[in-house]
Amino acid sequence: MIQLENVSKMFGSGAYGLTEINLSIEKGEFVFIVGPTGSGKTTLFRLLIREMLPSQGSIVVGDFDLIKLPHSRVSHLRKKIGVIFQDLKLIVDRTVFENVLLPLEVVGVPVSEAIKRAEELLGQVELTAHRDKFPLQLSGGELQRTAIARSLALSPEVLLADEPTGNLDPTTSREIVNLLGDINKKGTTVLMATHNADIVNEFKKRVVALQKGRIIKDEKKGKYELD
Amino acid sequence: MSLINTTWKHVRRSPYQSIAAILIVMQTFFVVSMFIFLIVGSSRIIAFLESQPQVTAFFENETKQEEMQVLKEAVKQTGKVSATKFVSKEEALKIYEEQNKDEPILLEFVTADILPASLEVSTYKIQDLSEIYTLLKNAPIVAEVIYQKDLVSKLTLWTNALRTVGITLIAVLGISSVLILVIVIGIKISQKKTEIEIMRLLGATSWYVRWPFIFEGMLYGVVGAVVAWCIASGILWYATPFLNNFLGGVSVLPFSPIILLEILAVEILLGILLGVFSSFLAVLRYLK
Repeated sequence: MIQLENVSKMFGSGAYGLTEINLSIEKGEFVFIVGPTGSGKTTLFRLLIREMLPSQGSIVVGDFDLIKLPHSRVSHLRKKIGVIFQDLKLIVDRTVFENVLLPLEVVGVPVSEAIKRAEELLGQVELTAHRDKFPLQLSGGELQRTAIARSLALSPEVLLADEPTGNLDPTTSREIVNLLGDINKKGTTVLMATHNADIVNEFKKRVVALQKGRIIKDEKKGKYELD
Repeated sequence: MSLINTTWKHVRRSPYQSIAAILIVMQTFFVVSMFIFLIVGSSRIIAFLESQPQVTAFFENETKQEEMQVLKEAVKQTGKVSATKFVSKEEALKIYEEQNKDEPILLEFVTADILPASLEVSTYKIQDLSEIYTLLKNAPIVAEVIYQKDLVSKLTLWTNALRTVGITLIAVLGISSVLILVIVIGIKISQKKTEIEIMRLLGATSWYVRWPFIFEGMLYGVVGAVVAWCIASGILWYATPFLNNFLGGVSVLPFSPIILLEILAVEILLGILLGVFSSFLAVLRYLK
């Protein structure tokens, strides 16, 4: 599903975001990407949605060769990948419902169908009661769940979750990861970037550890270890 | 539906910018409307004058009826004259009274004696007017000859000058409109930078992001053009009795509703072009 070969990303300052990354992720896998702040987790996700291009190497996501992908087809790629951004990127002057509706509007799903789908998603993340609230009126967990609902709107083949449990209490964190686990069970490939050791250790999934932009460990049913 | 909603939201959330945009477009199209009225009106006056090739000879005060008759016959014998008409001193007074019926002071001291009798001569062709003019001018009993060819060429001159001034004014206002629309839409794009970035990350195509802004520019163009047309047409309608009085017998006004609607259609089209062009410039400049 996802293939990275010899991928490096050098930033303008000359600093390396990622160095010689080789990573292969199968369809339907659940992978924790772990590592301290600045280890390159977010850079990896930004490369996967073609928010930027690598300095070298090749990236393939599904049928898309990201290096050769023309700018005009980037939107096609992004429709296949759901993203829960680290800073959530919810639109503050739109309600929960409108935020979830956005990806459906963007791809031109007929209104009645889009509304039905958004209501279904809000039910799935248990936010139906908060549908008309604005992001500023929500708790951290509710915001996360809004972002999750939005990322699932187009039934993506891949879900990238960037620190979805950051700043959340352990119980809420567990709920969020359980929700991602359920989504994964339905066939969606899930990549979750985190530095929450408890969660990683508890869920016993594949763990890819990054440090200073390099993969230092890649284990099935791994643990949060950076040594 | 979503496009209209999004555009309407853009307009509603920054009303002052939207009003500024509409006002400048409105000013431009108000001048356009007035200019069109003027051009249509003046070309009608010229057409009217040209359709009635006429020379008017005013007689000396003491001229006898028989002398006038002789001149009339001489003119008729050229074979180029379609009609001749005597206007006696009394008839001249009647015309004068009719023209100035609202201003009694002007009527008070005027009697038939001080007004000259005249002979109106129409020709089949406007080119023949100069020959008749010379003939009349050379007659000793004729004091003055008014020749419409002069009037037509003077009017044409004025119309051409007005056309130059009008086109220059419209060009300046048009450029101002485009620049202000580019600035207003540019500000709106900048205000929505985060939202646009999010939409792009969620898979929005460039055109999905651009359309509401293009549509917004189009809306300003259309609303500005329609409002300006309504105001200009209102003013024209209000001024029609006065203008008709001023123009005397020349039938210029009122314009038929069809002409007014045609002007509206042209202005809406120009409004759309102006709006789309401006917003397209803004989108190219600010949405890279």
